[in-house]
Amino acid sequence: MKRNLAPLVIVGLLAAFPLALQDNYYLHLMILFLMWVVIGSAWNLIAGYTGQVSFGDAAFFGCGAYTAGLLATHLGVSTWWGMALGGFTAVAVGLPFGWICFRMRGAYFALATLALNEVLRHVATIAEGFTGGMVGILIMPSFPSKIPYYYIALAMAVASLASLQWVVRSKPGYYFVSIREDQDAAESLGIDTHLYKMLSLAYAAFWTGMAGALYMNYMGFIDPHVVFNLHDISIMAILVGIVGGVGTVYGPAVGAFVMVAVQELFRSGFFGLFKWLGDVSGSDALVRVASVLTQAHVLGFGVLVVVVILFLPNGIVGDWKKIRKAVFRLDAGN
Amino acid sequence: MDVFLQTLVAGILKGGLYALIGIGMTLIMGVMGIINLAHGQLMMLAMYVTFVLNTMGVDPYVSLFVAMPTLFLVGVAIQKFLLNPLIKAETILPENQVLMTVGIGMVATEIIRFAFTSDYKYITTSYANQTFFFGNISFSTALTIAFGIAIAFTVAMFFFLVRTDLGRSIRATAQDKDAATLMGVNTARITVITFGLGAALVAAAGVLLAPVYYIFPDLGGPFTAKAFIITILGGLGSTVGAIFGGVTLGLAESMGATYLGMEYEDIIGLAIFVLVLLFLPGGFKRLTKV
Repeated sequence: MKRNLAPLVIVGLLAAFPLALQDNYYLHLMILFLMWVVIGSAWNLIAGYTGQVSFGDAAFFGCGAYTAGLLATHLGVSTWWGMALGGFTAVAVGLPFGWICFRMRGAYFALATLALNEVLRHVATIAEGFTGGMVGILIMPSFPSKIPYYYIALAMAVASLASLQWVVRSKPGYYFVSIREDQDAAESLGIDTHLYKMLSLAYAAFWTGMAGALYMNYMGFIDPHVVFNLHDISIMAILVGIVGGVGTVYGPAVGAFVMVAVQELFRSGFFGLFKWLGDVSGSDALVRVASVLTQAHVLGFGVLVVVVILFLPNGIVGDWKKIRKAVFRLDAGN
Repeated sequence: MDVFLQTLVAGILKGGLYALIGIGMTLIMGVMGIINLAHGQLMMLAMYVTFVLNTMGVDPYVSLFVAMPTLFLVGVAIQKFLLNPLIKAETILPENQVLMTVGIGMVATEIIRFAFTSDYKYITTSYANQTFFFGNISFSTALTIAFGIAIAFTVAMFFFLVRTDLGRSIRATAQDKDAATLMGVNTARITVITFGLGAALVAAAGVLLAPVYYIFPDLGGPFTAKAFIITILGGLGSTVGAIFGGVTLGLAESMGATYLGMEYEDIIGLAIFVLVLLFLPGGFKRLTKV
């Protein structure tokens, strides 16, 4: 009970969040954060635990989103059916892909996932009659308020973290880690590495697809460049995992919070800080800094990738001891 | 028939440039065992170097002598200060290096976007749109010159790797890093030089492409994708394979564009990639053994 206390308190606080603050802007950020918790922890299972780094999470995300969107446009059913089926579509795409591509190791598998995403993006663009091509899919959101979406996202995030915790403490979880540490040794101990890598991929694809379906429901609009996006989805998923901590259960949750905050910080020009300073002081230079910063979110991402990999290769949770030591030494110096 | 021949010629000319891009990639991949996902972005940098020089009145082909050394230095700096420190770091995922190149690519693209905006730039030369005819088949002058220079570089690279001491050290490092170290090769220095060389080669490709293509910051991504398709096609670390891979991709793309439709051009490369992985893992290297 004690070890689950902190997560339970956090979940309780998150559940109470909309009651305390009914501001749509912050609710929107929180929904994004919760969605990234789901995607990040899914990525963490396949990459952090099983060691099969995926550069193509957007492929599964897009599958989920397009399942929801296409069901609504072609069959006229509620997009919530997409929530039920999106994850399974992603698994249906992921399993044949994994069956073929898991014979490749390390970076080559990562490249194959990149190719999968590119193929799906081109297919979604070319098949105009079916997917709407570049025009994308637009649906009416089911709820006018953001609060239902918030609770759905929260439920998904909690479910995904709980299932991740359960998986990594079960037998397959240990098999996954053994594949990451030494695939040949795992194989020689009688572990069917191909099968377990597929299981791991299926789990990751399922949750990423679910997050995609949620995105479709919540945002109401998708097109191939939004959902099959290398930078905004695949790299973001990797960053969430790496910033938080590869191979830790709660790492991606921390990473998601940091990354959504960083993204928003850049997008809004430090929450309008520089623009406000510029307006107050009447300085043109500060206004220009503000406009440059708002365009610089990809640059900020890139710099963050470089800095995090150089200095915190195991993430905030993974390198927590290192951070604490550095901070304490700083304190002693003062 | 003429359409077929014309497509063939266009594909082969394009393939020469692709080979140049592929050789840089295959060198880096073979020696360091990592995939440089900033390869296309390095090429984009070289194209902007050419563009800037061109606004000062320098002919694109002359700027080869500026762009290649510049990109060599950029490559050396990337390897030395950003990639080599990662080898020592204790991490769970060895793919950190690959991810680092993604980050470098993003930073390069965005810095260029700041400096030059996202607008399409053109390099206008007297010969960019010139063609000459050989029978009924038209040859683009600029692409033919580019093809010639690309082949010259490729051949020079091949002899450099086979005949010179440095080239042999590079190949030794690619084959077995530990053994090379034991034989007295300074492998840390070799990786730095190799990355520089790879960057300089792709810079050459960028400069040669600049007069016949348009230049914009996001051009790196698609060319990185092409580079790794070529490398997978040709076999990792194989120079001859990269030439075959480049020409094959060039041919496949132009055939696809002629007979299937322009929008399939990019899918064809990816389809080849998957087919090669399925039926010929190891690429052309397995057939040619070089």
